[in-house]
Amino acid sequence: MQLVLEKRAERSNTIALVSPLIAIGLTIVTMVILFAILGKNPLLALHAYFIAPLTDGYSLQEIAVKATPLVMIAIGLSLCYLANAWNIGAEGQFLIGAVAGSWIAVKTQGTDAGAWVLPAMFVLAAAGGALYALIPAICKVKFGASEILTSLMLVYVADLFLDYLVRGPWRDPHGFNFPTTAEFDPVATVPLLIEGGRLHLGSIIALVVVAAAAILLGRTIKGFEIRVVGAAPRAARFGGFNADQLIILTFAVSGALAGLAGIIEVAGPVGHLQPGISPGYGFTAIIVAFLGRLNPLGILIAGLFLALTFIGGEQAQIAMKIPLDVTKVFQGILLFYVLACDSLILYRFKLVFPNRQVARGTG
Amino acid sequence: MLDPTPNGLHSGESPLLRTIGLTKRYGDFLANDSIDIDIWPKEIHALLGENGAGKSTLVKAIYGLIQPSAGEIRWQGQPIVLSGPSQARSRGIGMVFQHFSLFDNLTVAENVALGLDGRESFKDMSARLEQVSKTYGLPLDPRREVWQLSVGERQRIEIVRALMQDPKFLILDEPTAVLTPQEADQLFIVLERLKSEGRAILYISHKLDEVKRLCDTATILRGGKKIQTCNPRLETAASLARMMVGSEIRQVKAAAGRRTTVPRLVVNDLSLAPGEAHGVRLEHISFELKGGEILGIAGVAGNGQDELFAALSGERLAKDPGTVVIEGIAAGHLSITQRRKLGAAFVPEERLGHGTAPRMKLSENALLTGHAASGMVNHGFIDTAATLKTVDRATETFDVRKAKRDPEAASLSGGNLQKFIVGREILRNPAVLVVSQPTWGVDAGAAAVIRQALLDLATAGAAVLVTSQDLDELAEIADRIAVMFHGRLSAPLAASDATREKLGLLMGGSSLEPKEAAHAVGA
Ligand SMILES: Nc1ncnc2c1ncn2[C@@H]1O[C@H](COP(=O)(O)OP(=O)(O)OP(=O)(O)O)[C@@H](O)[C@H]1O
Ligand SMILES: [Mg+2]
Repeated sequence: MQLVLEKRAERSNTIALVSPLIAIGLTIVTMVILFAILGKNPLLALHAYFIAPLTDGYSLQEIAVKATPLVMIAIGLSLCYLANAWNIGAEGQFLIGAVAGSWIAVKTQGTDAGAWVLPAMFVLAAAGGALYALIPAICKVKFGASEILTSLMLVYVADLFLDYLVRGPWRDPHGFNFPTTAEFDPVATVPLLIEGGRLHLGSIIALVVVAAAAILLGRTIKGFEIRVVGAAPRAARFGGFNADQLIILTFAVSGALAGLAGIIEVAGPVGHLQPGISPGYGFTAIIVAFLGRLNPLGILIAGLFLALTFIGGEQAQIAMKIPLDVTKVFQGILLFYVLACDSLILYRFKLVFPNRQVARGTG
Repeated sequence: MLDPTPNGLHSGESPLLRTIGLTKRYGDFLANDSIDIDIWPKEIHALLGENGAGKSTLVKAIYGLIQPSAGEIRWQGQPIVLSGPSQARSRGIGMVFQHFSLFDNLTVAENVALGLDGRESFKDMSARLEQVSKTYGLPLDPRREVWQLSVGERQRIEIVRALMQDPKFLILDEPTAVLTPQEADQLFIVLERLKSEGRAILYISHKLDEVKRLCDTATILRGGKKIQTCNPRLETAASLARMMVGSEIRQVKAAAGRRTTVPRLVVNDLSLAPGEAHGVRLEHISFELKGGEILGIAGVAGNGQDELFAALSGERLAKDPGTVVIEGIAAGHLSITQRRKLGAAFVPEERLGHGTAPRMKLSENALLTGHAASGMVNHGFIDTAATLKTVDRATETFDVRKAKRDPEAASLSGGNLQKFIVGREILRNPAVLVVSQPTWGVDAGAAAVIRQALLDLATAGAAVLVTSQDLDELAEIADRIAVMFHGRLSAPLAASDATREKLGLLMGGSSLEPKEAAHAVGA
């Protein structure tokens, strides 16, 4: 008996849906082993991770809040990845967007500026994120520099730049020397959807982004261009599509979305600019994009799922003293299994029973 | 049941390989429907059938590349299951694919080493390679890099590689589709010799004259079913074609009184450095093509045809806009989309990956070239109904056989995909059509349909440029024929004046560089 990989002639839709589920299942099995090694009761740990957060309203809202940046960033990344442009630096674009938008908030602090402030912050954040993403894109197109490396390295530049601002020029004078800006004015704050709750306008924006991406990819010629450049570059050139222009465009769009997510996070749940505004949203969004099959609806679901692991991780830490880093381990293992299971989409496992007698006869 | 062996020659012995009820199902679609075939030693067995009849599917199953859904394969009387090609090879089954799997930047010997299962040293292997190629009169220099070789030489590598395994049974899938007539003749000598050594050969081809000349037995497939096994020497090309198609094949007819009009495609002194490391430099190419006219470009592959196609289509841009003039407008600097908007259409030689995105649906592949000028896009939104309509019209007009309405391009058989690609462009009613190898791998009936469509297009006033290695095809449809050699284009000859001898000389580079020709003959 022998296992062979046979290439599928057509991509199987069933498997495309089932494959991420298999990946999640394998990840959970691995986590159970890991919990057991850590000496924790695996069942209780799983309950803390995946069930407990779903049982109270506050946690549910918190999941939506955490999913908002993940989904927005992952949608942008999926456009890049579909077009074969490998933006790994969404984390940096997220931070630069947060900084660019915060600039208006900081400068208008206490001036009683009007309702224009928040929209202006959004616009500036999107522009900042887009421009920051254009650096690796242009280096790729003009000089052939690997966008994977350059975009990743720029994350650290953005991180340190933000750090410098909140420790230096933008530091809140009344903040007891903490590295943070003053709390943003109400006009510079993302409004809440439910008074006294956690859910805010950003989640609606994320849903709009998901819908727009679904229409873009499914119905428009631009979306077709993105898909065909990634899937068959030579045919795309024959179709008249320019891969270089598309790298620029998808990087700009994904940078803009990451930047927008950044300012929404800062002007929303956080309320001021400080280091550590992101628990790695830009990187986790890579997992979200792949787990969601680079498909807008899939990304929405995957974003909620990974947000659940963030919240569950916090609860598991509180309830069972499981280190918060286990959440990162979980996410890493998940990405690994997602990519591994993707082989199932292009290939099919097949059991073959060679006739032993004959095999020996001709060896 | 009929005795599957003709003239009862093999009574008493058992065949080398036999398939019994071999079936391959893709979803609801039966690519092979319960096929029985017997392969005998010392015989060249032809496998015939229209595009999509299931020929490649059958040989892939025999070679272990795909697993049959039902049925049995017997090797020397014993039932076998092949989980992969290496198992087929270890039993003595060899295969030469139509599409070569060679690495351009590696030498001949390195390429052969990569494809062998054995554990012998590279030196021994090289020595054996030289010896095998000498024995069979398939000259190959093991140290040359593949990119320097012609298509015929590349195929030799594949054949020698297969022969080095000393196969009892060799499968060749459309080996002559890409060969010049001279190269094909050389191949036939080798096949005859293999046969006389007692090996069995299974030979897929759409060229029926070839089959009649070479093959002892022919099995005909139609729609996945075996129709008949016969002796091709006792048949005519027409009767074989009738068995394949189930009806008569149309004759290609040029409409009387085709008139040439204004120049629609003009190339003025086009020179272009190669875009890739091993490309050919285009040198001072000039021609003028009027509406209503078909210009054929002959020549051995790799003499700049691909580069000329890229320069005409706009996949590569010329510095001087005036070098390519489409419909009176200098277009050398225009993109392929802009050229399409001027009324030009293009069909590249390679179907998968160039002419189509393999993993996308046919409707999306219709959009690939139709988005510029065919009303498939409204304000940036795709009109899916319009793209599907193009698929349906191409399917109907060119009889594209497929398992469902809108499958992925890669799942079509080679010839059917070609019909779709040609149809997709012709249905746009282009003013200028540039087409490479329009009937490459297409069966006789479909080839006639495509050639007729090209003629009709010219009759309707379009200018058509056809690059083909098939001189008969050019003779059939072209008004004038020019030859490409080393990146230069000869002056066109009137088709009536373009004898095989003249074209052959030009294809060897004779009238351009007499020394080169002498060298080619000596090699
Ligand atoms: N992987 C696949 N999935 C679905 N259908 C397939 C697949 N492979 C082949 N087919 C279908 O099976 C039929 C037979 O294909 P096959 O490639 O064997 O034809 P063929 O006889 O070799 O034709 P050609 O002369 O054009 O090469 C075609 O109609 C094709 O669409
Ligand atoms: Mg075939």
